[in-house]
Amino acid sequence: MAMAMDIALQLTVENLLARYTHAIDDDNLEAWPDFFVEAARYRITTAENHERGLPLALVHADSRAMLRDRVNALRHANVYEAQRYRHVYSGVLVTRINDDTARAVSSFQVARIMHSGETTLFASGRCIDRIRIAGENGVAQFEERLVILDSRRVDTLLAIPL
Amino acid sequence: MSTEQKDRAWPAERLTRVPYWVYQDEDIYREEQAKIFRGNTWNFLGLEAELPNAGDFKTSFLGDMPVVVTRDEQGELRAFENRCAHRGALLCIAPRGNVKRINCVYHNWSYDLAGNLKSVAFRLGINGKGGMPESACPQSQSPRKLRIATIAGLMFGTLSGATPPLEQYLGPQIVARIRRVMHKPVKLLGGYSQMFPNNWKLYLDNVKDTYHASLLHLFFAKFRLNRLSQQGGVIVDGDGGNHVSFTMMKTDQRDNVYESAGMRSAQGGLRLEAPELLDSVDEIGDGITLQILAVFPNFVLQQIMNSLAVRQVVPRDVSETELVWTCFGYQDDDEKMDALRMRQSNFIGPAGFISMEDGAATGFVQRGVQGASSNASVIEMGGDRIASDESRVTETSVRGLWQAYRGHMGL
Repeated sequence: MAMAMDIALQLTVENLLARYTHAIDDDNLEAWPDFFVEAARYRITTAENHERGLPLALVHADSRAMLRDRVNALRHANVYEAQRYRHVYSGVLVTRINDDTARAVSSFQVARIMHSGETTLFASGRCIDRIRIAGENGVAQFEERLVILDSRRVDTLLAIPL
Repeated sequence: MSTEQKDRAWPAERLTRVPYWVYQDEDIYREEQAKIFRGNTWNFLGLEAELPNAGDFKTSFLGDMPVVVTRDEQGELRAFENRCAHRGALLCIAPRGNVKRINCVYHNWSYDLAGNLKSVAFRLGINGKGGMPESACPQSQSPRKLRIATIAGLMFGTLSGATPPLEQYLGPQIVARIRRVMHKPVKLLGGYSQMFPNNWKLYLDNVKDTYHASLLHLFFAKFRLNRLSQQGGVIVDGDGGNHVSFTMMKTDQRDNVYESAGMRSAQGGLRLEAPELLDSVDEIGDGITLQILAVFPNFVLQQIMNSLAVRQVVPRDVSETELVWTCFGYQDDDEKMDALRMRQSNFIGPAGFISMEDGAATGFVQRGVQGASSNASVIEMGGDRIASDESRVTETSVRGLWQAYRGHMGL
């Protein structure tokens, strides 16, 4: 291999992804916005929109405050049946952009477990992330997270973030 | 063998009762395909903006029947069944594209952009051997052609020669409210589909139910965005199956009708940390901040502040429905307007602050009425009338839907 792999950076990113998904899957949604920098951008779109260069997103946030608002709405305003996710990440490709920033592309699948016990493959796709390597308190944070769903179809509703 | 006797008589209360078997019966579902979607109705097929150039095509549905919509060499819109005259295979498999001819991949039978069969591969055989006899009639099972009509950039199709002209079918007030939103050229922003775990009519019924909006969708109420005490109204048009409801936000006088009734939706007060979510522009200039318009049997046009979308209802089976969302802005939107619309896209779709519950609620009905096919829903808000109303505490447009439905179905 011509270029030595930056193992420390790889582990930093994978650790961020692991903590992020455990927070969501453990229903600790209040912690979710803190994985992002204050001026973060977070979007969920479909592969179809992405490939056609169309801007529409299912979720579109251009600040951490908007993420906190979403958690607040999910907890106190929106109505949906009790459900949990189980995220599985793989294929995390990390490239360093500069001293402070990295780019990561990863694959994911999400099983959705309804309170009734019904478990389905709810979503699959890839994430394209821009990561601040040493964010607040020296911990890696997302500057930008683009979640691209493989399918254009979403079953019933997408409440909990991906 | 079913021990349950099929009694498909409509309850004596007429439009104030809807028997639950209409959401469950597979025979009824099949009948609806023929009498409604392939019958005397105009079905929404998409935006003209999806087919800007000659040779553009998209695939769509008339109920559960697959169709192709094209723009031919002369720029005319065409629509026909997505089924080869030969063995019935899909002619177009891709969701969209640009072609000169449409060729069935199975045996390479070829069609023009109007759906006319133009050539049959090896019709005369090879070297005088094989092929079809001269007397064969390969076009006898040609894909059926739809009549197509447009209004303000919206494409509708019908298989029936008896469907009245589009504008007459819509009704004058619906026409005016369509033109209100589609008042200048649009640009596509994207789309997605939401799968509803319920019969298609439960979705249409939900859209036409102005009473539920501020009670189910708490995001509205918690931020005092759309409360039924605000100025607005509902208009029912056509044969009852078409309606438009509208609200003029910011006219809420902060009265306490919700609080005094002790309703769940008024409790607590949420404050947005990023209130720019609610930034909007009165771009049409009439103060109407929310307009939901639905045309029987499959079309919804939505303006929620500056979030604009068309939604196509596609029945998949008796208890599954696909809602195809296509969001748009106007061609003259500047960057600021683009950003505003993107932020407001958070309101809608499967993850939308004010629409995510619809899939859940209609699914709850489908599940709740299992075992109660001879019971019926009670639709008496606003009495038994079908009429336009200044109040949205009414189910007038729901009754309109069922009037249209029963007319088409002969039920």
